[in-house]
Amino acid sequence: MASAAAHSDKNYLNESSGLWSWLTTLDHKRIGIMYFIAVMFFFLLGGVMALLLRLELYSPGQTIMTADQYNQVMTYHGAIMVFMVIIPGIPAILGNFFLPLHIGAKDVAFPRLNLFSWYCLMAGALLAFSTLFTHKIDTGWTFYTPYSIKTGTSVVTMVIAAFIMGMSSILTGLNFIATVHKLRAPGMTMYRIPLFVWALYSTAILQVLATPVLGITLLLLSVERAFGVGIFDPALGGDPILFQHFFWFYSHPAVYIMILPAMGVVSELITAFSRKVIFGYTAIAYSSLGIAGVSFFVWGHHMFVSGQSTTAGVVFSFLTMLVGVPTAIKMFNWLATMYKGSVLMRSPMLYALGFLFLFAIGGVTGIMLAVVAVDVHFHDTYFVVAHFHYVMVGGTLMAIMGGFYYWFPKMFGKMYSESLARLSFVFIFIGFNVTFFPQFVLGAMGMPRRYFDYIPAYHSLNAISTVGSWLIAIGFLISLYVIVKGLISGEKAPANPWGAKTLEWTVPSPPPHHNFDVEPVITAGPYEYR
Amino acid sequence: MSTDSTHAGHDHHVAHHFRNAEHEYLTSKEGIWLFMVTEILMFGGLFVGYSIFHNIYPEMFAEGAKYLDWKMGFINTLVLIFSSLTMALGIYFLQKNQPKKAVVSLAITILCGAIFMVVKYFEYTHKFHLGIFPGRLLDVAKVGAEHANLGMYFGFYYCMTGLHGIHVLLGMSLITWVLFRTIRGDFNSNYYTAVEGVGIFWHIVDLIWIFLFPLLYLVG
Amino acid sequence: MMWFNYAQAQSFMPTEGTKIASQVDNLYGFLLAASFISCVIVIGGMIFFVWKYRRRTETDKTAYITHNTFLEFLWSFIPLVIFLAVFAWGWNIYHDMRTMPKDALEVQVTGKQWAWEFEYKSGVKTGNLLVVPVNKDVKLIMTSKDVLHSFYIPSFRIKQDVIPGMYTSLWFNADKLGEFHVFCAEFCGTQHSGMLATVKVVTQAEYEAWLIEESQVGMLPLAQRGQKLFQAKACASCHSVADASAKVGPSLWQKFGTKELTEEGEFAIDENFVRESILSPNAKTTKGFPKGVMPTFQGQLNETELSALIEYIKTLK
Repeated sequence: MASAAAHSDKNYLNESSGLWSWLTTLDHKRIGIMYFIAVMFFFLLGGVMALLLRLELYSPGQTIMTADQYNQVMTYHGAIMVFMVIIPGIPAILGNFFLPLHIGAKDVAFPRLNLFSWYCLMAGALLAFSTLFTHKIDTGWTFYTPYSIKTGTSVVTMVIAAFIMGMSSILTGLNFIATVHKLRAPGMTMYRIPLFVWALYSTAILQVLATPVLGITLLLLSVERAFGVGIFDPALGGDPILFQHFFWFYSHPAVYIMILPAMGVVSELITAFSRKVIFGYTAIAYSSLGIAGVSFFVWGHHMFVSGQSTTAGVVFSFLTMLVGVPTAIKMFNWLATMYKGSVLMRSPMLYALGFLFLFAIGGVTGIMLAVVAVDVHFHDTYFVVAHFHYVMVGGTLMAIMGGFYYWFPKMFGKMYSESLARLSFVFIFIGFNVTFFPQFVLGAMGMPRRYFDYIPAYHSLNAISTVGSWLIAIGFLISLYVIVKGLISGEKAPANPWGAKTLEWTVPSPPPHHNFDVEPVITAGPYEYR
Repeated sequence: MSTDSTHAGHDHHVAHHFRNAEHEYLTSKEGIWLFMVTEILMFGGLFVGYSIFHNIYPEMFAEGAKYLDWKMGFINTLVLIFSSLTMALGIYFLQKNQPKKAVVSLAITILCGAIFMVVKYFEYTHKFHLGIFPGRLLDVAKVGAEHANLGMYFGFYYCMTGLHGIHVLLGMSLITWVLFRTIRGDFNSNYYTAVEGVGIFWHIVDLIWIFLFPLLYLVG
Repeated sequence: MMWFNYAQAQSFMPTEGTKIASQVDNLYGFLLAASFISCVIVIGGMIFFVWKYRRRTETDKTAYITHNTFLEFLWSFIPLVIFLAVFAWGWNIYHDMRTMPKDALEVQVTGKQWAWEFEYKSGVKTGNLLVVPVNKDVKLIMTSKDVLHSFYIPSFRIKQDVIPGMYTSLWFNADKLGEFHVFCAEFCGTQHSGMLATVKVVTQAEYEAWLIEESQVGMLPLAQRGQKLFQAKACASCHSVADASAKVGPSLWQKFGTKELTEEGEFAIDENFVRESILSPNAKTTKGFPKGVMPTFQGQLNETELSALIEYIKTLK
């Protein structure tokens, strides 16, 4: 493929120039980069808020902000990280860029829709941020009724913003399903697509099926606030718990929207850096679908103490156990992939191993929370906070970082500083554990979440947690430096720096505008390391 | 659903990432169906909410339905079913390369949509006149409602018919768009993806009404 | 079962105040031990493979192993069995948690922004203090006045959301004397983290004595009655009485007889001003404090109780 690189200096980055050519681009790769820039900005914002929250919690009592301000920052941190960072994170950045390349397509099925999705996210984000200048919302990202009906803050604006961002997510999912179904290169059967594509495909199904329900829930909430219809308001004969059912019917699948693509990235990283065929391709592919399927029937495990019936609690606990199995299958398959491999510890692999480490802890604590009697104690405590940060940050964010370092040479045609990337990993990984492991203990001790203030017994662990958050911040700052430095003065990247086997590595770095000069014809699976 | 690029004139240009027109057509159609799935699920959420509260307050819902004129709803149902037929005819005529007949069919479809909206307008204004508003705005004394939370029924009524009405308006503007393109000569038996897509949307909107009508008007 | 008793001792769970709490801790101890073992297998296996199969040369050949049905069956089936076992165990305890005892001592609990009110059968009311006899089934019948709250006693391992417009319930049988924390575990606004209460577990005799003492509040001097009421209605969670520091609302210390600058103008704080502030708090709000935060107490206090509160506020010097 070296000849392909020499073939032309034109690539998707320099094929046209100017801001306008970017804002109107239909190229999935450019749209991926635009998502990257936007999401990085949101992440920075959400991250600063996280640091402020931790700083406030450094010691009991009021330190740097008032209770109201704390509740607002807590709400925005959650809403930004969920709706603007983790949900669009992998599918919209890495998925957009690599899904077509992985299946040998020239673009996604609907390029205009793809661009429109980006604008939807931007519009939603702008609307969401506009509430920062009016009445900052303080409901938590879950908008539980009746508090969200009674609080005198801009809930309606925020909810409409979430609706629009949800639309962005739906359209991305729709686009990906059609792309996977229809645009695969000749010979690229469903059992020859990379596992990252399987993960994105399962995610897309969730996005399309679950997000509309969030849409209607948020719409009903707005109507409730505006007209007092009484669907969720007990004072008017409504049922506040119904809101939770509706909300989690979306938001539980949404946590798999967040984690499944991460699992896909990790599958890619582990096989590439073990230089070995993935163990149990079908098992991993079907476990993605399995997780997606079961995820629609487990929403009630967020509501064990909400007042739903005891029977419902037991049934949801049972179903939740079933999600554990495909997740365990994936973990063991990844391990087995490294067995008798040729493992190279480059920075993307470090992040993948970090994922395995943190996701293992996130996973087993997830099982603890699924056991209904134990969850009664842990529900709405810091144990839950620690659990979902282990899964969402330790899992998804680690995978984003790993995937980004893996594909950086392909995306920008430049290499980055390996040693600094490793240093960044060390800070993030250690900082993460220092921040969130104490929170498991705090939760076991009984500290409820969303607490601005706490009893003195919880002080020392909170202080440790705060210090950990600074380490994470340093880690991400180093990564930012690595990226900027790589972009400015990185060495030119070869077409396939890692010796990986998937299709994107057969084209030059960065790829040409149309991805493939000649439509590839596929004759074997994606990981043929023989 | 937009296809990648269309030129004015008779030839449709297949977007570069598709192998041929057939490939593009099938892909676009799948995209439209997927979008319809999300529409159905969104209305599905409303239907679930409706059923739950209908179970809790059957009498209140029955009272609410009494304020609706089933004849108006029935006329609207017929109008929409008829418009589905003309929409299908529009596509059929394009497949047969008879754009003039297609234009007429599409125009009648738009007209049906307009009739539907006018009837809706009269239904709404009549209710406003009686003081029937959603939620707490409903004037219980003026209406003489037996159930104090009748506003909830009308919350559902206005939400469901309102959201549906927005879809009708959206459908009408989409049909107007393909109507103009048909007049311009963009479509023929080889390429009519946009018309078919809009058609599928219109059928789904009609289908949703066919569920809404008995739920809201005939319940109780 | 030594091994999970050890795990349990390291689990940092708060004191076990009930039998259910120790059952939960046993299960949690098992989960902790099982989790630790699985993490050792997964993470240990990972570290071992990474080291054992590290890349030695650029041309390393790797084994071509695509799958192994037997192994895959094992690592699906074994976790499934463990998951189902802990599920059943958890179900069993949950069943006991949710089966309300008969002949229990019933206490009405009302959550409101941001305090807990308890009312006993005899009519005794307390604020943020639940006194119960040891070794006796206690059933809490709970509701909320405004938004969702969640009644959580970590030491008893029980928690239940408190919902406006309906009743939820909890029961416990405390087997240790002492005081235990009650937290609000469902986000409910500004003072969510300040919505604390105490469960005081006392002997049966102490309990009865306390109940009599509380029911004789009517015999106390007016100001002292007001003080009791001030606690029972949890006024202190928003108004400080010992110094001038502002909480959610303005301090009441040394206020009576002075003048107050409100949004509506300046008024003398006299009996009528206090009365109006309690019954329709939005009529006049002190400058610098938002309207609509304080709930009205209209219909919740009778004339004597109002006078008692006013008398009490007069004594705050």
